[in-house]
Amino acid sequence: MNPRVSGITTVLTARPLIELKDVSKVYGQGHAAMKALRGVDLRIDEGEFVAVMGPSGSGKSTCMNILGCLDTPTNGSYLFKGVEAENLSRNQRALLRRHYLGFVFQGYNLLNRTSALENVELPLIYRGMPAGERQARARKSLEAVGLKGWETHTPGELSGGQQQRVAIARAIVTEPAVLLADEPTGNLDSARSREIMELLRALNHKQSISIVMVTHELDMAAYATRIVRFMDGRIETDEQNGEAD
Amino acid sequence: MLWNAFLLALREVRRNVMRSFLTILGIVIGVAAVITMVTLGNGATAKVTEQISSLGTNLLELRPGQGHRGPGGTRSTADMFEIDDVQAIDREISGLAAVAPVAGQSSQVIYGNKNWSTTVTGSSNAYLKVRNWTLDIGREFTEGELRSGKAVCILGNTVRKELFSGQDPLDVTIRLEKLSCKVIGVFKSKGQSSFGMDQDDFVLVPLRMLQRRIAGNTDVSAISISARDGISTQKIEQDIERLMRERRRILPGKDDDFHVRNMEELVSILTGTTKVLTGLLGAVAAVSLLVGGIGIMNIMLVSVTERTREIGIRMAIGAMEREVLMQFLVEAVVLSSFGGLFGIALALAASVWLAAILQVPFIFNPGIVGVAFLFSAAVGVIFGFFPAQKAARLDPIDALRYE
Repeated sequence: MNPRVSGITTVLTARPLIELKDVSKVYGQGHAAMKALRGVDLRIDEGEFVAVMGPSGSGKSTCMNILGCLDTPTNGSYLFKGVEAENLSRNQRALLRRHYLGFVFQGYNLLNRTSALENVELPLIYRGMPAGERQARARKSLEAVGLKGWETHTPGELSGGQQQRVAIARAIVTEPAVLLADEPTGNLDSARSREIMELLRALNHKQSISIVMVTHELDMAAYATRIVRFMDGRIETDEQNGEAD
Repeated sequence: MLWNAFLLALREVRRNVMRSFLTILGIVIGVAAVITMVTLGNGATAKVTEQISSLGTNLLELRPGQGHRGPGGTRSTADMFEIDDVQAIDREISGLAAVAPVAGQSSQVIYGNKNWSTTVTGSSNAYLKVRNWTLDIGREFTEGELRSGKAVCILGNTVRKELFSGQDPLDVTIRLEKLSCKVIGVFKSKGQSSFGMDQDDFVLVPLRMLQRRIAGNTDVSAISISARDGISTQKIEQDIERLMRERRRILPGKDDDFHVRNMEELVSILTGTTKVLTGLLGAVAAVSLLVGGIGIMNIMLVSVTERTREIGIRMAIGAMEREVLMQFLVEAVVLSSFGGLFGIALALAASVWLAAILQVPFIFNPGIVGVAFLFSAAVGVIFGFFPAQKAARLDPIDALRYE
């Protein structure tokens, strides 16, 4: 995607990236059934930076799992780039994740005793990219998150903020259609958190990477262009964030 | 993908060198045990076969029977053969390479101030052929010598050593008891037989000479027969039995008063025994391979649990079920193959060393090495599959949450 095409342009030519239509998710059966989502409609366009908020148990994690193709909805439809994704098989979902999605987790989830470079290379390995190209792209990605010179360090030798940067580098190395971040600053102090958020905002602006981020903190949500609030398995509010930019 | 899985597995093995070593120890010992047992067993079989075949492989020996015990415990010895029997066999049975009459008598041989107690065997030139003897020096008997029973002899190597100790024995006259006898040749040494007898301790003379001048009868105590290559000794054995029953006028239903010993049978019985033993030892050793496989499964299961989160990460990133399966399967196979390689190295060292101690030849058998290696890899596949499947079936959400 052209980096110059951002902000206003995307609004004008808005193409839906993700569309949830009346999606519900029920865990368990009968009396023990627990409705995590009760008819969620959500449309996210290319280039958006959406913050998803809500108390624990409000359904935001379930929604993220469905968006990330880690889980399937019980009812309703999920269109990813206009393609129905709710009935994909396990392997098809794996392939969709491989080619279109990037994940950033609260706990970083890097491979231990494995260098930063190798961690970032990992998704490219599954794409079957030759080693030379793989390493070059992984280096570039690490450079983009400001970790040039830290390639050979293992997670144990990096600070929390640095580990999260490695995780972001790993998520963006494949140039995904959307970056799904689950409380990316949950384990970091406020200074480190702001750095990470600046980085995500820069990626959204400069590289037009769409981002959907779950967070508890308003300070962090403020970086997004749109804030969606969940409550009891439904979307409570969905508003553009005027403070951003 | 497979190559990547292989590299990944190597890294995993390197990451836990000690644990990997302990994991494969069972396989190492199993493979080493199988190969060592089979190699030593093959060596023992080869040794037995070699010793027996130095007697002549397609050899049949016809001997008179012990006859039957009479009512009072008296024992009638069956009649000896005559030279006519030898000629009849030679004439009427097809597929023979050579037929040699054998008669023997123990005797003192004397030369100068040395004397030696040995066996004097009377036969013809066919004896050399049948029993695989070759001449070291000198010549065979001539037709004339055989027909007239001339006093000439060919010495076994032991007799030559005892009487001549380095001197040239050709054309020297020695004495058999009171009889002067000219040495015309010496046999090449064959050494000890598998039964521990010195095969070189004899003197060969023309049958006629032994019968007339030493034994004083016309008996032939045994007939040695060798079959032509490719002719079944069993068939010849049957033919000879039929012919001899006829010649000795044994009524149908009565037992033979002679027997035919078939060397091939003896070889197959003896090598059969060692082969069965080899197989048995190999099978016992193979059980330890199985135990080694279970060890691998154990560690792989622990490893899958330990790396649940890693599996979750890989799945989130886009690893398909079969790719996770392949990763753990390849890891198990790499581990067990390493075990196989170490086992082979250990087995070769142990086999060479033990073969020297047990005095059997070391026979490198690439077949069993290959089979043992493939087997160890197969153990990896079989016992690695269950843990790998467990890993592949993990739910990525649960796996990512796993602490």
